[in-house]
Amino acid sequence: MAKIANKQVICEVLMEAARTDRDVVALCSDSRGSASFTPFADELPEQFVETGIAEQNLVSISAGLAKCGKKPYAASPACFLSTRSYEQCKIDVAYSDTNVKLIGISGGVSYGALGMSHHSAQDIAAMSAVPNMRVYLPSDRLQTELLTKALLEDEKPAYIRVGRNAVEDVYEEGKVPFEMDKATFVTQGSDVAVIACGEMVKPAADAAARLREEGIGVTVVDMYCIKPLDRAAIIKAASGAKAVVTVEEHAPYGGLGSMVSQVVGSECPKRIVNLSLPDAPVITGTSKEVFRHYGLDAEGIVKTIKGIL
Amino acid sequence: MSNLKALAYGLRETVIDMIVEGKAGHIGGDMSVMEILTELYFCQMDVSPENQDDPDRDKFVMSKGHSVEAYYAVLAEKGFFHKEELVSTFSKFGSKFIGHPNNKLPGVEMNSGSLGHGLPVCIGMALAGKMDGRGYRVYTVMGDGELAEGSVWEGAMAASQYRLDNLCAVVDRNRLQISGGTEDVMGHDDLHERFGSFGWHVIDVADGNDIDELHAAFEEAKTVKGQPTVLIANTVKGKGSSVMEDKANWHHKVPSGEELAQIRKDLAEKKAELEKEGAHHG
Repeated sequence: MAKIANKQVICEVLMEAARTDRDVVALCSDSRGSASFTPFADELPEQFVETGIAEQNLVSISAGLAKCGKKPYAASPACFLSTRSYEQCKIDVAYSDTNVKLIGISGGVSYGALGMSHHSAQDIAAMSAVPNMRVYLPSDRLQTELLTKALLEDEKPAYIRVGRNAVEDVYEEGKVPFEMDKATFVTQGSDVAVIACGEMVKPAADAAARLREEGIGVTVVDMYCIKPLDRAAIIKAASGAKAVVTVEEHAPYGGLGSMVSQVVGSECPKRIVNLSLPDAPVITGTSKEVFRHYGLDAEGIVKTIKGIL
Repeated sequence: MSNLKALAYGLRETVIDMIVEGKAGHIGGDMSVMEILTELYFCQMDVSPENQDDPDRDKFVMSKGHSVEAYYAVLAEKGFFHKEELVSTFSKFGSKFIGHPNNKLPGVEMNSGSLGHGLPVCIGMALAGKMDGRGYRVYTVMGDGELAEGSVWEGAMAASQYRLDNLCAVVDRNRLQISGGTEDVMGHDDLHERFGSFGWHVIDVADGNDIDELHAAFEEAKTVKGQPTVLIANTVKGKGSSVMEDKANWHHKVPSGEELAQIRKDLAEKKAELEKEGAHHG
């Protein structure tokens, strides 16, 4: 099947909604191409706002639009959106409680060799620390579609991070288990619980499939809803396993691993290993090469799990 | 009009009461901005407790959020909340009257406090008005020290790019900020030219504490087509009492003792004088 990037799915869902709802507005900061939002800008120019390379303005303008009844979706590289305009996200969106959806595109190490300036390995920590900000990292195009549709239905702030490239499907078309703010159990097993988010869910599921052939049972939880974190799913998964592994395309501090560790530590203490990017600028390479280097691919996850057992 | 002049002094008295009671407040900027807010809320803008959910109401964002005492005093006078509750609880433990504007309160559109946010937010509001064909106008008040924030100039570019003639910004140009004179800290004496070069219609208000001059400027702004307007309102920080006027150390201060008595006396005398003038003009 033709693979499309999650960001493109977001644009398609929004365009479909925007054709009948004139309040749906998209904003970009000279990022319409990289966000795959050019079709939106071309077809619905009256509902598209270009702010130029001015991410702070992008977010504040979105907040002003929302205050006046619009449903703005601000799409900009996650690295800039989450930290360059962090204060605007905190005050104009979260604190003022405006219905702004922040779409962080090309998240994590999507930009590969472009280096740390273009990597967003702090966005989960930064955004999750802000009261009234929700944080979502969908895993594949099918889940992204359902998440985007769900977000269109509410009027609360949210930050959504997606990657630059198309990723393999985690779910089957037409059979995507999705409930808003509830994590999805991708596989079930009694040895190890792997809790992953975003593009790390697929390698986690692949690792579980390989280990199953060796008689090792792995539960894989797709924690696309980082905030509000599905604590019940963590407790359920961890309680039924000997150890827990978290996998995220993020720095080691303040991300999924930190949050899951808090829950496991307080509710069902047991061994937990956090796989993440390092607390350092990552090695130069494509995102695939970077993942392999830091053990964030299926092979690395298999190795980690075997090391625990 | 004359009544508004006296009203501004009555509101200054409320601000003093709040700051003395709450033991905190950005007093200097409250005093400089008072006529700007009075003219906006009691003459220019269609904003009231009755229409606060009406999408056609005019919009205001207090970008210089630290002058919250002046803003709250005006909103209380407009009937958004009770003045007694405001004065007795401002800044106190558990109060809903936080030391910067908070939109959990009726009448406050957006939270502010960190500088350089108001103008960009107002651009979004003005764009929404254009998209929906609504006739409302959008106003924001910035401090002059605030203009060192880069986000202000991101906004200045966008407002002009989108030809937002429904947007009017006001600079409370009191020439002082917490560290001293604005021209010593980060000068912008050529402010008129700067906004002009960004594509704005610029109106210099020689005395930004004069209701008549402000009124004329806001009326002119309404006639401008195809570009945003900025009023550079030359005000006096601490306006209303010689104790505070033009003194940088009154940026954030709680008056007490003889100083407080003198401030109250000065404000009361000026208010009485303006009320008398107003009665004369009938």
